[in-house]
Amino acid sequence: MQKNFFSDEKSRGILYQTLVIGFFALAIWFIVNTTAYNLEKRNIATGFGFLNNPAGFDISFSPFLDYKSTDTHTKVYFVGVLNTLLVSFTGCIAATILGFIVGIIRLSNNWLLSRTAYVYVEFCRNVPLILQIILWYAILIQLPRIKQAPQIWETFYISNRGLYGPRPIYEDGFFIVTIFIIISFLIAFFIRRWAKKRQDTTGKQFPTFTTNLGIIILLPLLVFFIMGTPMTLEYPILKGFNFKGGMVIRPEFIAMFLSLTIYTGAFISETVRSGILSVTKGQREASGALGLKQNWIMRLIIIPQALRVIVPPLTSQYLNLTKNSSLGIAVGYADLVHGFGGISLNQTGQAIECMAITMATYLLISLTISFFMNIYNRSIQFKEK
Amino acid sequence: MKKLLSIFAVVAFAFTANAGTLDDVKNRGFLKCGVTTGLIGFAAPDDAGNWAGFDVDVCRAVAAAIFGDSSKVEFTTTTGKSRFPTLASGEIDMLARNTTWTLSRDVNLGFEFVGVNYYDGQGFMIPSALGVDDATGLDGATVCIQTGTTTELNLADFFRANNISYEALPIETNDEARENLFAGRCDVYTTDASGLSATRAQADDPDKWIVLPNIISKEPLGPLVRHGDHQWGDVVRWSLNTLIIAEELGVSSANVDASKSSNIPEVLRLLGVEGGYGEMLELSNDFAYNIIKQVGNYSESFDRNIGPDTPLGIGRNLNALWTDGGILYAPPFR
Repeated sequence: MQKNFFSDEKSRGILYQTLVIGFFALAIWFIVNTTAYNLEKRNIATGFGFLNNPAGFDISFSPFLDYKSTDTHTKVYFVGVLNTLLVSFTGCIAATILGFIVGIIRLSNNWLLSRTAYVYVEFCRNVPLILQIILWYAILIQLPRIKQAPQIWETFYISNRGLYGPRPIYEDGFFIVTIFIIISFLIAFFIRRWAKKRQDTTGKQFPTFTTNLGIIILLPLLVFFIMGTPMTLEYPILKGFNFKGGMVIRPEFIAMFLSLTIYTGAFISETVRSGILSVTKGQREASGALGLKQNWIMRLIIIPQALRVIVPPLTSQYLNLTKNSSLGIAVGYADLVHGFGGISLNQTGQAIECMAITMATYLLISLTISFFMNIYNRSIQFKEK
Repeated sequence: MKKLLSIFAVVAFAFTANAGTLDDVKNRGFLKCGVTTGLIGFAAPDDAGNWAGFDVDVCRAVAAAIFGDSSKVEFTTTTGKSRFPTLASGEIDMLARNTTWTLSRDVNLGFEFVGVNYYDGQGFMIPSALGVDDATGLDGATVCIQTGTTTELNLADFFRANNISYEALPIETNDEARENLFAGRCDVYTTDASGLSATRAQADDPDKWIVLPNIISKEPLGPLVRHGDHQWGDVVRWSLNTLIIAEELGVSSANVDASKSSNIPEVLRLLGVEGGYGEMLELSNDFAYNIIKQVGNYSESFDRNIGPDTPLGIGRNLNALWTDGGILYAPPFR
């Protein structure tokens, strides 16, 4: 049979794929071209020069960088990135802890506990996150006003402008203490390795956890007192309109942290539950028959096997949480979208540039999280020997 | 293939169709006007759901000029942030939203301010219980501020110039600012003095709030359109000027019919009895008559929405006519 170009499956496939790619490229070209044309027609300036201009506005929350209104838009960007990372990082850790606890509780035989966990999961998973954020913020705003802020030992204050507490001021000798903190962690690491080796060879157990906890706390504390307590606390004092000095956690941050943790925690708990259920019943029964204690069975037999199922979807939850942190704009949390992607964009009018940079940043953060989670995932996968 | 060509034709048309806004509006049958998300006195829906306010009247004046019917307006709410993209994208034909005329907005953002309908300045509102009577006494205060506004930049400048500090609480809309201020999350709310009066009017007990005497900036507020369509810009500009000129000439919605037989030449030109000024704008010659008849003149709109007899209780001050000691001034109708 004579084959022509269209009857041949291979050449037809190449043709279709070329067409699809061609149309895609054409569409992209069309969008870019139209945008550039319209920008020029409307006399809208383009370029990244504005990044070095002074921002001119203030930012409500910059715990890491010292920001002033005379700083540039580039600095606004970095303040935003750090605030995004702060709420994402703390949120991921807290959501993981919450998710694991709730996931295990949901499998508990205690009816009340497992039902409570069930209600929490179903409620938080099914109510839009932005409503939860606004709800938490609305509650926090109703806390006492600054002048009536209740105090605990004249050290901590609770108000609708944030939770105030003492701030540590480090003096000269504190550097030595820091070194000893690192040394104590190194010692703990080696003790753990030694204890594991000893158990593998001789079967004798060593109270690693309590020993290491003691070393990590006591050694730096001892050095701290030997150095003559090189740290003082600065207490918040109500002066004029606000507290001066001390440390403050803003309600915007608390609302974001709580809602992201509680929302994502509900998803993670389901992931954890599915992971635990994926470990066959025989594993539990066999370890029970060997006489292992209940919490040992969980820690040594079930969880390590469940992690293989848990970690890939857990990675997506981390990515979701990080991206969801951009909803901070709803309560004025000064994250990347609020500051650089919002105020800078609006004050300079450079919408395309600001959005492109903001999107690229989220992409970079997400890819970084994926990268490290993939490394972790590989390390816990079943290794055939 | 024919079908494909027609699709391309439609697409090509869609990208060239923004040439004549006036023709678009006429063909559509109504005007699309951008306003605030709700600022009592300037733009807010009344009990019956109809938009009313001082800025709304500018939109209505333009609709009256084009269609002879001030109700042919579709209102789009915009925040401080969304207003410029909404106008630039062509989603609305004009923006009348307490927007300050600045160089960068006029030039860099590609807009054209057609005039000033309210001369404003940025002020501060605080609880009277704080006992502060001057803005320089606000050292260390938490300040609620709408993001993406000129007031945000003025605020930073003012505190820097006076060498005092503050904590900013950036929020999106006037409503959010009000909630945060009334809950005590911030001590001070700063925006244009007109906006403060509107906010104060909405408090449970307005007497518990004071607007400080400090005015820290010039905020000429006016309607704006996209840059480049001068015919459309002229229509909006002269609709606004008509409101002001009518007040100058003493023509109001009450006496507009009687004024048609006036013996003052400029009144006759304004009302389209003499000359073809409406046609120059590609409108009907009685466009100004329609505006005055249906919307009123500047002082009528002012008194109805924000004047001394309204809850806002704003005096004319700078916004009085140039002949009455203010700076309100429109070029001659000639």
